Amino acid sequence: MSHNLKNITLKIWRQDGPQAKGNFETHIVDEITDEASFLEMLDILNDKLIHDGKEAVVFDHDCREGICGTCSLMIDGQAHGPQRGTATCQLHMRQFQDNAVITIEPWRAAAFPLIKDLMVDRSAFDRVIESGGYITADTGGAPDANLIPIPKPIADAAMDSAECIGCGACVAACPNGAANLFTGAKIAHLSRLPQGQAERFSRVESMVETMDDHFGSCTNHGECEAACPKEISIDVIALMHKDYRKAKFVNRKDLARK
Amino acid sequence: MAQVVTSQRGPVTGTATRSKKRRPFLIDLYSTAVGKKYVMGATGIMMMGFVLFHMIGNLKMYLGAVHLNEYAHFLENLLVPVAPEGVVLWILRGGLITALALHLHAAYSLTVLNRKARPVKYQSPRDYQIANFASRTMRLSGLVILAFIIWHLLDLTFGVVNSHVGTMTGVGAHAGDQVKDVYGNVVSSFQRTPVALFYVLANVLLGLHLFHGAWSIFQSFGWNNPRFNKWRRGFATGFAAIVVIGNVSFPIAVMAGIVG
Repeated sequence: MSHNLKNITLKIWRQDGPQAKGNFETHIVDEITDEASFLEMLDILNDKLIHDGKEAVVFDHDCREGICGTCSLMIDGQAHGPQRGTATCQLHMRQFQDNAVITIEPWRAAAFPLIKDLMVDRSAFDRVIESGGYITADTGGAPDANLIPIPKPIADAAMDSAECIGCGACVAACPNGAANLFTGAKIAHLSRLPQGQAERFSRVESMVETMDDHFGSCTNHGECEAACPKEISIDVIALMHKDYRKAKFVNRKDLARK
Repeated sequence: MAQVVTSQRGPVTGTATRSKKRRPFLIDLYSTAVGKKYVMGATGIMMMGFVLFHMIGNLKMYLGAVHLNEYAHFLENLLVPVAPEGVVLWILRGGLITALALHLHAAYSLTVLNRKARPVKYQSPRDYQIANFASRTMRLSGLVILAFIIWHLLDLTFGVVNSHVGTMTGVGAHAGDQVKDVYGNVVSSFQRTPVALFYVLANVLLGLHLFHGAWSIFQSFGWNNPRFNKWRRGFATGFAAIVVIGNVSFPIAVMAGIVG
């Protein structure tokens, strides 16, 4: 049975642009169905703001089914809000009580410069991916399915890391603004598959060093794992650290590197 | 050849190779945050080895003045006559000083990096889910431990802030020799209540530091294996507990009159 929540106070971060000074703005949502998702609740608020001739709150969103990684939001001090294993778009108002005061802030990290209100630029993740988060493609016809046999448990383990949607919650939740969970997930995904072996060590070296240009360092708090909408384990960070060490000790001529 | 795409943020190469000037191996490794964490872990292991043996050695004070002083004399005469007196001890101390210096430098430079990674802090309170008190206070506990190490060296190694500093006549193998009265130094130091309390406080913080640090080593080195992962937290907790219980017992024993 649906139920209507009453008197929700929203404290939303408003900031006109990257250089502008921002502040929290308070809005009251008198009544909202608990079946509304968090983003739908913001849509309804924006409708009202537009109707009243005010500027709508800018926030990122796209698929609204937890697979694109576009939505963000720090809700009550937690990346993607209080519900574990979901992105903000999968968070529903039934998670909140009547008279709740909800604070909404953008992701905060040097690598994620703020664009407007709650929207940030996450292209630092693209820099990390560009530096090695792929397999150099074979040319020619499409290979036969199952040409390379991969045991099911290995495929599953690779999929666990490949689930990363690149939303940036790990960086947002990390007290140090580190991207080790994101980079680790990308590396673990490819390092666990036979196709990823050829570039395994040059990949980890490139990606870790590119990550260093933008993000902080891991101090093993584990906050990223708790915030991750895909519940990716910090085991991927350990795997990245191990592979990076191996990459440094491997004969560089074998990697075709100087 | 790698196709080079120039973006607003500078050139981005089309393959997983990145041309970068390589420095000598160890400096190259240390130049990244992940490499600095290896150094944190490796120097941490060295210092963990030290605190454990330091605590075990000090347990000799429960056997009496002669045992503790003989043990101190043994450490100063390690490998004598292969090496002159005190040389091996100073080599070991040199290793520890280097480890401490690297640990501090890595901690400092990672802290600077991490501050830069979030120049604008969250303006509303964070609700941490996993980060515990120990992991959140590593810098504070580390600084208190550093202050304690300096005090401890001045007090019980160099005797600058210790009123006792005497010798006693050895027995057994060292009969007739004058050996340092380490036992007397310890007793006179801990009879000062503020010193004993500072010692207890510093060791509790050392325990917190170890509780997070000893676990953290496994992640930093990538020692992650489902077979033994469940032991990692237990190891860190057990190690921290053993060191803290042993070390805290010494000032309490002196104040309670068990040692003295």
